[in-house]
Amino acid sequence: MSILTLALVNLRKDLRLEWRSRDTLNALGFFALLVVVIFSFSFDPNAEESRRIAGGIFWVSFVFAALVALNQAWARELRNQVLDAYRVSGASPAALFIGKAVGNFLFVAIIEALVSPLFVIFYNLRALGSSWLLATVFLLGTWALVINGTFFAALCARTRSREMMLPLLLLPISLPAVLAMVEATTALLTGEADPGMWIKLLAGYDIVFTTASLMLFETVLHSE
Amino acid sequence: MTTATPNPTAVASTVILNHVSKFFGRFPALLGISSTFAQGEVCALLGGNGSGKSTLLRIIAGLARPSDGSVQVAGRIGYMAHSSMLYDEMSGIENLEYTAALYGIAAREHCVKAMQDVGLDPELPRLARDYSQGMRQRLSLARAILHDPELLLLDEPFSNVDTASAAQMLTLVEQLKARGKTIVVVTHQPELVRTLADHSIVLANGRIVEEKRGRA
Repeated sequence: MSILTLALVNLRKDLRLEWRSRDTLNALGFFALLVVVIFSFSFDPNAEESRRIAGGIFWVSFVFAALVALNQAWARELRNQVLDAYRVSGASPAALFIGKAVGNFLFVAIIEALVSPLFVIFYNLRALGSSWLLATVFLLGTWALVINGTFFAALCARTRSREMMLPLLLLPISLPAVLAMVEATTALLTGEADPGMWIKLLAGYDIVFTTASLMLFETVLHSE
Repeated sequence: MTTATPNPTAVASTVILNHVSKFFGRFPALLGISSTFAQGEVCALLGGNGSGKSTLLRIIAGLARPSDGSVQVAGRIGYMAHSSMLYDEMSGIENLEYTAALYGIAAREHCVKAMQDVGLDPELPRLARDYSQGMRQRLSLARAILHDPELLLLDEPFSNVDTASAAQMLTLVEQLKARGKTIVVVTHQPELVRTLADHSIVLANGRIVEEKRGRA
């Protein structure tokens, strides 16, 4: 069975488990909503100021919301030693990682799609730049969060203080991506600057960290 | 030299353990374990809590690396851990279909037959978390033998199940033995496998303190 077919099997399994439990979507959605509402009460910006700060607030909200979800990403695999069954099977580690990362991407993207309209309402937003480019930034930015998050969550999964370890590892390494997401989003909302450089940086970041995660995941999976 | 990978060329014995030791920090979980498990034999790994039985089984399965020594395994491995190794939020047949996909087995009929072989109803519309302990153990065994492994590693298959379920599991093990499978059983209940085991090893403090070949 090819890696992609097996990745689809793993993705389907993760989606089915999430559909039945809704653990990740509930935690992610509730946390993101809470942060957006709290920020909206904390600031009272006019339309121009909103466009300048919205990118930062949006991505900070989702970085922390994603942390809540990613901390649980491998919990199901560790329960009942299911991950050991995968290891004994000799099936491709890359397929497991891709399935898990794409699943996490879908969960975060769904919540982004649901929370974004509220964000637009609360902050009275209207993008002055290209909407297509904004969508591209959202996709690349979400993938940047998720790919590292999935990898580091796997790395921390068997440590005793994984809830604390994940942000400590993930946030510093995500800093360039978060900077690029915020700058590109702000540039597209205000229409004052060219987001091209930041989008390229984000795309480069995604390629580098996707490759590195795929190469290193087998070692993480088989570590004791 | 530390290897725990399947080696199709080592054919005379299904498993060869050569001076296997395992340390957790400074704690010696296993010390100089050497033995061989021949094809088609049932080996009972016995001993008290913390004697190293499950650690040895995990090393044979390739889930843990020996700190010293080597392990050679011929053929595919089926592993039934003390935990069920099942997704609680999936039904029995869904769990088996997922496992089958990992081994490149596509046919649903294969999973249906595996469930029937262990006495479970494939159509049971119940999630694995709602199965009784005995049913979970049998489903776990069906998962372990789904890909028709040459070597079957069973960690406490008879624990936490009632007498009837234990007897059913034992019958299944007998059938697998009759099909020429090499079976290593870790158990606290030696009386259950006494009539079945061709080989028994008693571990204490990570060492072999008694090894017998031939049935009791």
